[in-house]
Amino acid sequence: MPVDATLAGRTFEPTAPYEVSAAKIAEFAATLGASPDAVPTFGIVVAFAAMTDLMHDPDVGIELHNVVHADQRFEITRPIRAGDVLVARLTVDSVRQMAGTDIIATRSEITTTDGAHVCTAYATLAHRAGADVDA
Amino acid sequence: MSVRAGASFGPDDYRITRADLVRYAGASGDFNPIHWSDRVATSVGLPGVVAHGMYTMGLAARAVTSWLGDDQQIASFAVRFSKPVVVPDDDDGVVLSVTGTAKATDDEDRIRIDLTVTSADVKVLGMARAVVTDTVYG
Repeated sequence: MPVDATLAGRTFEPTAPYEVSAAKIAEFAATLGASPDAVPTFGIVVAFAAMTDLMHDPDVGIELHNVVHADQRFEITRPIRAGDVLVARLTVDSVRQMAGTDIIATRSEITTTDGAHVCTAYATLAHRAGADVDA
Repeated sequence: MSVRAGASFGPDDYRITRADLVRYAGASGDFNPIHWSDRVATSVGLPGVVAHGMYTMGLAARAVTSWLGDDQQIASFAVRFSKPVVVPDDDDGVVLSVTGTAKATDDEDRIRIDLTVTSADVKVLGMARAVVTDTVYG
């Protein structure tokens, strides 16, 4: 099933609060061989949880293996640090169909539980429409 | 030392193996089987297991941040995942090459770094750009 175009404009409930540990940042950085002091893409950990909630939503219901990441952008207010307790609030900016693929543009505002902005993660997901049944 | 407009770096080469993808899946929480199962990857039309786009973006970010001065940080970072990075099931994996050039922006406190990211001479990230600020957030 293609994703319903009326999904555009919808903002989802914030993700469950995620407490950032130094160990998690270090683990993430180590996979990239990067310094744990500078991992600008770490926000994806929280944004991915929001995207997972989107995919599992009963009105959406798409399978992760039918999704390819088309583009990604981070607008960073400040680096994520150990001790931060973060939530992501995802909005679907647009949905369009192109050659059997749903192009879903999302924006996840990542803030502390106090509401202070940390970063915004923009992700476009390309979903193979009609593939969820048998893949 | 700070990076200024006109400077460039690279190519910085990073080897990616299946083991890296497994570790990245665990660290990031992205367990999409197209990043570890040839069976699932080929069933959705991919040539085989592909690297997480975010893994290649993360390596590009590593290349940038290791180049920047201590007084500089990435304020904005954007890429398009234009070609999949297929990672074979062997010990050699594939190599990702990152080069970058710093350009001036209208804001004198910010420079833009245009990145070229290739694997086996194929450009795998499109429109890859980092905006770097001289203002270090506390």
